[in-house]
Amino acid sequence: MKPPAPLFLARRGYRYRRLTDAARLLPVLGAFLFLLPLLWGGGMTRSGVIYLFTAWIVLIILAAVLARLLAAHDARAREEGEGEAD
Amino acid sequence: MGKRVLLIEDEPNITEAIRFLLSREGYQVDTHTDGSTALEAVAARRPDMVILDVMLPNKSGYDILRELRADEATARLPVLMLTARGQRRDREMAERFGASRFMTKPFSNSEMLGSVRELLGS
Amino acid sequence: MVPFNLLVLVSVLYVVLLFLVAFAAEKRAQQGRLGWLRSPWVYTLSLSVYATAWTFYGAVGYAARSGLEFVTIYLGPTLVMIGWWWVVRKLVRIGRSQRITSIADLISSRYGKSNLLGVIVTLMAVIGTTPYIALQLQSVTVSFAVFASQTPQGWGVPDLRSTALWVAAGLALFTILFGTRNLDANERHHGVVTAIALEAVVKLVALLAVGVFVVWGVAQGPADILDRIDASPIATWEMNGGRWVTLLFLAGAAFLTLPRMFQVLVVENSDERHLTTASWAFPLYIFLISLFVVPIAVVGLAQLPEGSNPDLFVLTIPLSFDAEGLAMLTFLGGFSSATSMVIVAAIALSTMVSNHIVMPIWLSARRGGASMSGDVRTVVLRSRRISIGAILALGYLYYVFSGGGAALAAIGLISFTGVAQVLPALLGGIFWRGATRVGAIAGLVLGFSVWAYTMFLPSFGESVLMSAQMLAEGPWGIGWLRPQALFGITGLDPLVHAVFWSMALNTGAFVLGSLMSFPDPLERLQGAQFVNVFEHSGGARGWSGRAAEAEDLLVMAQRILGPEEAQALFQAESRAQGREGYLPDVTPDFIERLERELTGSVGAATAHAMLGQIIGGSSVSVEDLMAVADETAQMLEYSSQLEAKSRELERTARQLRDANEKLTELSVQKDAFLSQISHELRTPMTSIRAFSEILMDGKGMSPAEQRRYSSIIHDETIRLTRLLDDLLDLSVLENGQVTLNCQTANLHDLLERAITATASAETGREIRIIRDEAAENVSLQTDPDRLRQVFINLISNARKYCDAPEPELRITVRRRGDELRVDFIDNGSGIPKRSQEVIFEKFSRLSDQAAAGGAGLGLAICREIMANLGGKVSYLPGQGGAAFRVILPLSCRRAQAGNRQEGP
Repeated sequence: MKPPAPLFLARRGYRYRRLTDAARLLPVLGAFLFLLPLLWGGGMTRSGVIYLFTAWIVLIILAAVLARLLAAHDARAREEGEGEAD
Repeated sequence: MGKRVLLIEDEPNITEAIRFLLSREGYQVDTHTDGSTALEAVAARRPDMVILDVMLPNKSGYDILRELRADEATARLPVLMLTARGQRRDREMAERFGASRFMTKPFSNSEMLGSVRELLGS
Repeated sequence: MVPFNLLVLVSVLYVVLLFLVAFAAEKRAQQGRLGWLRSPWVYTLSLSVYATAWTFYGAVGYAARSGLEFVTIYLGPTLVMIGWWWVVRKLVRIGRSQRITSIADLISSRYGKSNLLGVIVTLMAVIGTTPYIALQLQSVTVSFAVFASQTPQGWGVPDLRSTALWVAAGLALFTILFGTRNLDANERHHGVVTAIALEAVVKLVALLAVGVFVVWGVAQGPADILDRIDASPIATWEMNGGRWVTLLFLAGAAFLTLPRMFQVLVVENSDERHLTTASWAFPLYIFLISLFVVPIAVVGLAQLPEGSNPDLFVLTIPLSFDAEGLAMLTFLGGFSSATSMVIVAAIALSTMVSNHIVMPIWLSARRGGASMSGDVRTVVLRSRRISIGAILALGYLYYVFSGGGAALAAIGLISFTGVAQVLPALLGGIFWRGATRVGAIAGLVLGFSVWAYTMFLPSFGESVLMSAQMLAEGPWGIGWLRPQALFGITGLDPLVHAVFWSMALNTGAFVLGSLMSFPDPLERLQGAQFVNVFEHSGGARGWSGRAAEAEDLLVMAQRILGPEEAQALFQAESRAQGREGYLPDVTPDFIERLERELTGSVGAATAHAMLGQIIGGSSVSVEDLMAVADETAQMLEYSSQLEAKSRELERTARQLRDANEKLTELSVQKDAFLSQISHELRTPMTSIRAFSEILMDGKGMSPAEQRRYSSIIHDETIRLTRLLDDLLDLSVLENGQVTLNCQTANLHDLLERAITATASAETGREIRIIRDEAAENVSLQTDPDRLRQVFINLISNARKYCDAPEPELRITVRRRGDELRVDFIDNGSGIPKRSQEVIFEKFSRLSDQAAAGGAGLGLAICREIMANLGGKVSYLPGQGGAAFRVILPLSCRRAQAGNRQEGP
């Protein structure tokens, strides 16, 4: 149905796939960050609080950025998809 | 004169009328009533022309005509077809099978005589 | 101090507010103005049912006891949510495409719609959730008690149990009102979800307020708090690696498998796109919830008197600082946490209990009588309501009998571990096509048993359900079966021990069972649909639920019925539902109709299977389950009807074919009839014309000849007249206008006169007639002239057509009851079978000749006469020659009109 794909479409598709890769990898990064304290074997609560909550908020920010990008891509794809369908 | 006409017709009254009519004009009229033996009658009598009814016992006049035309000896024999079923389809069939002339009953006597004369070329 | 009455008043007002919000949302949804009800923020906030009273009160207590470990409970779900692309997205898509109603439904549906699995998961969920509900009731009552104990006026400690009872009853009422308002096929509860979203805001604001109060009110900002942490009993963080990992895993698993979480995460999800927002917003929410837990714990430990319950620090700190408004807000926050959890859990559990336990029992109890959908609706709603009541009652009873355990966190973790047993079957089900029902059952049962043995039963405390001796030495002294040291592995933390063994054995049994068993076709189909859900429902699809489904159906229907017919069908249905376009609501009725349409093209089984693939078959709600079951029953009936119809159709077709053959034959005969009329008229006229012309000529004729020709003309005119008479006669007879002249006559005389009449006829040969004169001597009531006409006809036919060398005609008469049978049998060659059917038709002479002199009307007239006389004439085959049988009534009776026209 789609017209022969112009270059930017292919490029966008590529970007989209990498975005989903990132979305898949994010929890792996999160698990890594949350399991890192195992190496210290505990320690001071103070540093633990600071580390964990920092790691946590960083993950949240990363997730938000990814979600934004994915949603934007989705919306664009839908817009175009609907434009074609009608 | 004295040309021979073979009349194949199963209705005795019609046979009698035609025989009377043609004899009076000097033709020699032989008659035959049965369809199944009509061809033999033709072969035996060797007429100059045949007057053939369509509805004959045992064999249709069309079949007889077709077989006459198929036979080398009788292929050109003048045949006057008579029928009481005056539909166009009957006329077409007669023409297709090679009838020299086609006549629907009832006919007028002069019409009959005229046709016979014409067919016998006299 | 806060007066107790005010506390109650505020609680009641808050509850009224929740009711109003839920009611308004429900109303909006009903009017179709979903708007912000479907916003990703409401969805995200509704996920906060994860944070229950356990979080609200318990997290601080947890932190006060074990330091930072509490945070794992929130880090686990964070990982799940930021990893939404892996699991949550797939679950939501499957939930949508298969119209999943609960986690039990998901498991049951994935493994071939096995109700056994549904029952197992439901029971596990009920057992795992009941303590948790008890926990919520406890937290509400305890928070009441805190206010009470703080009161100097001494309005007395209210009865905890009655408070719990009131709370349970109120929650039951709310849940029933908004959780079972209607039976939405999608199982969405806008009212409840909106109320929960509001509660989520309240509890977050309350916790943040306490946090801010603690950090900036009690302490001097973040730096001071950090210093206070260093100074507190939890300054050093003794990390237990096993527990850390176990808790992370457990919290993540429970986030997916808790019935209430599955309800809000998957079932209540109205738009897959909401996940993109929730993927970071929900982690942010629980981040904020957790942010001040350590500061509150530290401050509570430092400021409050020794021995204060750390689980209540959130409430007791504001109270101890006389921040009454804050305390009130905190109370509402705790109240919100508890109630939202109970409400959602009750809805989820009641759906499961009703769909997987009550309804199947009800169905099997009244098999075959459940065809009316309205009927079923009421039953479903009632069973849900009763289930909700029962679940809350169960929670209340648990609360009463457990006496209220001191450590809230312990109950939470036990519950988590119990429901996490579903995880292997869940993940295996959506990622591994080889997962089978046998494996799932084995894993679930084993995991759940191990959980009960190592964790749940011991949790009641020594000597309640398990004796101290059993705990210490194992059952019957078998050491390696000690509940908290399975296989002789001692020294593990009991939680880690229980989670490790239950999950390991569960997963092992699941994998092994799956590898060794063979799934049935439905299981394999479902497996493929679950695992490959993204291939089945393409990217842009599935966003708008029902429309997408109708579109899928249209796509499929077009393939089978052809575009035009399919579109016409859908459009008609759309219009019948009062809407525009080609996409109607997918109602059971419409599916049934569509299935019928498709059945015509691809057969019943295939159509059912195809529709099932798209609709998700019976996995929907019980209502749809009923509809489908009903449908199947109707299909069966329909197909048997269809069979009967097709048989009937075949019969009709055969009759039509026969009639057509007859008509064709008759039409040929009609042509022949016209020719015949023409022939019969023209033949005498030919003679008449020829001879009259001859006579008119008049020349050369003898008087004898003239006389003869005149008599021929005369005969032929008589023949013509007779023909016309016959035709008229026949016409009169056929129209039944004939008047019969009934008299007493003797059969012998009639035959005698008939034979005499035929003998005088000019045509035909002599025929010997053999008779039995004695038998003929019968007198009867009839029209003698008409009957003789028939006899004359039959005899003269024999004379004309009998082709034997010595023709004979045998006439036999027999009496049979009040009928006479007169047979006319000649010794000729008879009439061929093909012709027997038409000889009674007009002009159906068997040869082309007119020699017989008749026009072929004779037998037709005979038939009509006999019909008029109330008898019959028919050909009698197999008699050697031509044979006709005349059946005569002894008394004159007219035949019934209508029978007359029937041929022989």
